[in-house]
Amino acid sequence: MKKENRSSLPTFEQSAGHYLADTQLRKNIGHATQTIRKKRDDVTGELPDWEELRESGRQIKQQVMNNLDDYLLELEESVTAAGGVVHWAADADEANQIVTQLIREKQETEVVKVKSMTTDEIRLNEALQNAGITALETDLAELIVQLAGDESSHILVPAIHKNRSEIRDLFKEKLNIEHLSDEPADLAEAARLYLRKNFLKAKIGISGGNFAVAETGTVAVVESEGNGRMCTTLPDTLITVLGIEKIIPKWCDLEVFMQLLPRSSTAERMNPYNTFWTGTTDGDSPQEFHLVLLDNGRTKVLADETGRQTLHCIRCSACLNICPVYERTGGHAYHSIYPGPIGAILTPQLRGLDDSSAASLPYASSLCGACYEVCPVKINIPEVLTHLRGNIVEHNKKNGGIRFKMDSTHVGMRLMARAFRSRKRYERLQKIGQTGQKLFEKDGMISKLPGELSKWTDFRDLKPIPKQTFREWWRDRS
Amino acid sequence: MNVSLFLTCVNDTLFPGTGKAVVHLLERLGHTIDFNPEQTCCGQMHYNTGYRDETVPLVRRFVELYEDAEAVVVPSASCAGMIHEYYPKIAETTGDSALEKSVSELLPRVFELSGFLVDKLKIEDVGAYFPHRVTYHPTCHSLRVLHVGDAPLKLLKNVRGLEFAELPNALECCGFGGTFAIKNSDTSAAMVGDKIHHIKQTGAEICVAADNSCLMHIGGAMSRQRSGIRTVHLAEVLASTEEKPGGKQ
Ligand code: SF4
Repeated sequence: MKKENRSSLPTFEQSAGHYLADTQLRKNIGHATQTIRKKRDDVTGELPDWEELRESGRQIKQQVMNNLDDYLLELEESVTAAGGVVHWAADADEANQIVTQLIREKQETEVVKVKSMTTDEIRLNEALQNAGITALETDLAELIVQLAGDESSHILVPAIHKNRSEIRDLFKEKLNIEHLSDEPADLAEAARLYLRKNFLKAKIGISGGNFAVAETGTVAVVESEGNGRMCTTLPDTLITVLGIEKIIPKWCDLEVFMQLLPRSSTAERMNPYNTFWTGTTDGDSPQEFHLVLLDNGRTKVLADETGRQTLHCIRCSACLNICPVYERTGGHAYHSIYPGPIGAILTPQLRGLDDSSAASLPYASSLCGACYEVCPVKINIPEVLTHLRGNIVEHNKKNGGIRFKMDSTHVGMRLMARAFRSRKRYERLQKIGQTGQKLFEKDGMISKLPGELSKWTDFRDLKPIPKQTFREWWRDRS
Repeated sequence: MNVSLFLTCVNDTLFPGTGKAVVHLLERLGHTIDFNPEQTCCGQMHYNTGYRDETVPLVRRFVELYEDAEAVVVPSASCAGMIHEYYPKIAETTGDSALEKSVSELLPRVFELSGFLVDKLKIEDVGAYFPHRVTYHPTCHSLRVLHVGDAPLKLLKNVRGLEFAELPNALECCGFGGTFAIKNSDTSAAMVGDKIHHIKQTGAEICVAADNSCLMHIGGAMSRQRSGIRTVHLAEVLASTEEKPGGKQ
């Protein structure tokens, strides 16, 4: 039996219209991304060796990907030697089980968390909830999203789609505050008081990590608020969940990434809080450190020569902020933890092409190339996008069944390909176009076309094909 | 010089005026033009939509047609970009080393029009006359795939009678993107909406670019809005003279 595309989630093109129509969202996201773009240009422009730094970042990551197995073993060894425990998780379920088990052993039911994409990817919070454990997000934006029962819409600024007064109303309701203004300082103070209580009583902290140094076993979290540092230093036990691609070989490599990351992401010269820890230290909490190394499809990505560069990503979100598609739809239309250009290439690779929602993402791009231009580790996102589109077409040719064979894009592509291979057929197609269009022409313009082509004329007119093609003019002239 | 014109399917069929303009312009500059009617399409639309196999015969066809050409001029930055950026990769995947070799030998002789004039022929003033207020949209592929740099601007600034108006947020995509404009037409429309907003801010009568496909999208949306602003390909501006004014629709 042929496999049909499966996913419970809608495709990008099904969702985009809904978000495009949300004028407040368009305004919030447009404003935020335009501002950060400008700032990013300024702080990257002031480094004379920015391009060399990008190239170094790319090369270090490439070296890691070419020898990932060796670096992983080296990391395990150095973390263990420093008093930490390394766990290996093949997929989301396994990772969630490991974390749940570790918390159960301590007989705790509440944990504090620092914002982590990786734990979002495996839906750790849900798994913990099912096991009767409450995970409190402590990153301010992530807390807002959690309180709202919403999903994050940006990898760095998860609440980018909300404005101040929306947040004020949320805090008043969920944190039981009677009077609250929508001044940033007041909002931050309200969150601070709420979080502080929880930090002080938490026995277990959960974090992600930005980098793990194979040579020393050091894990790094960079952030802006200090809440992450509270999560990683106050509790007795720290559990870090890390995708296996986050490795860098040596301590000195941090020099490169600690410049690339903050400038690309928050447009700062340095992150306000940079926390590094190596295993455990007697008398200085945490006394237990568990590192869960997650595969969850990453080795599959690694095996694809063109797709592999996706794993270089340091989750800076510069590509989201520059992307004209993301700017207009926001993150939710992607139905993925990783939205924007990086999501468009990472998600289908992690979830597989049978997932129709994920497989719609490589098409959610005009291939304008702005993402490639800003990526601090030079991931050629347009190249991976077209590569994945190629894989999707091949996949559909094999598994798509009759529905795909009848698909209008597919039919059109096949027809055109046939025509382009022969001058005679091509010229005949030009003639068919010239004659056929007469049905739709009105006042020298085509404003309504049938079928799939109506998606062009819904928004744009089309000038009819002129009576004489260039080749006819050329023939007559000579 | 004997110049082979690779016109591209969109120009041949929908915008013959651009092809004529290239012929007039290059002849005016003293070159002879050759147009081989066996040419069809560069394959970009197929390649970018994921139809890789369908692109291979077009790469072969291109090489066969132009192997001996002195210079191949393409009045479309995105098609020229496709040829430069992706033809070597496509040739590589066929495992046909002769094809790979022919592609790599041919590429240095393949030029987008503005690059051909400025970088190859070293001409910035082509003696054009175009008395209109004009803004220029640097299409994404001309900027970020082909890297034409400021060649089109140098040419435009030397056109007599032309009043140049800087386009705000010029570097942002217009939302065309080939089949993207259809598959994700809502998003594409939102993008072109903002592009048009910026074009209107310039007060220009005409928006110029080096790609008719982007102009077809921008112009089509402006026409739907009855904006009164027109789109004209760079070649047509450059071909226009006092004796033979262009830019009419
Ligand atoms: S793909 Fe590049 S720009 Fe985008 S988040 Fe990753 S590192 Fe940043």
